[in-house]
Amino acid sequence: MDDFEDDEFDGPVKKFLFLNRKAPYGTIYALEGLEVVLITAAFDQDVSMVFADDGVFQIKKDQETSGINMKNFSPTYRALEGYEVEKVYAEKESLEARGLSEDDLVIPVEVLSAAELAELMDTQDVIVSF
Amino acid sequence: MSILHTVNKSPFERNTLMDCLARAKDGAAVLLIEDGVYGALAGTQASDAIAKRGAIKFYALGPDLDARGLAEKPLIDGITLIDYSGFVDLAEAHNPVQSWL
Repeated sequence: MDDFEDDEFDGPVKKFLFLNRKAPYGTIYALEGLEVVLITAAFDQDVSMVFADDGVFQIKKDQETSGINMKNFSPTYRALEGYEVEKVYAEKESLEARGLSEDDLVIPVEVLSAAELAELMDTQDVIVSF
Repeated sequence: MSILHTVNKSPFERNTLMDCLARAKDGAAVLLIEDGVYGALAGTQASDAIAKRGAIKFYALGPDLDARGLAEKPLIDGITLIDYSGFVDLAEAHNPVQSWL
């Protein structure tokens, strides 16, 4: 690095898409996926976060986990904005199949169709699936 | 004593709810737990399978619904919400217990 004081990452920037397809508490995928996306964003990469299939349940609002003795990590999705992860999407077909709408979600998302998701996936350098 | 079936997987991701309902007789009890509680939601692609089995007694575990943010979402008619002690009561009142893992 030329500037020793500069703590900004100055390596290559790639387009990363994180495809989240699992419900939040039955498996560890959702929590692990959230941690990895925050780490990736900290390296100043071009990050998109997609919730599809049961992944849309990750961002269901009103989660209250005291009764199952597990950490409620849904508030952490609100930190995505602070990490400059601004491309956050939920798939329309997945929401509709599960009786959910944008009003049910803990963060604002751009709703896109399966066909639009296919196009988005085509534009990425790396797709990471959880 | 009738059978108690338990289902712990989302009906949108696995077939275990359908596998269970194909073998559950009228008069049996079906308890939805963990990710299985997503099957209790009204107005989804999976709702019909439970809604048309009126002769089965359906239960869902409240703490699992609460954890997933579903406490205020409408459930399929006829599903009884229970807590952990209700789970114990069901296990006591039925025999055998079949877990559709």
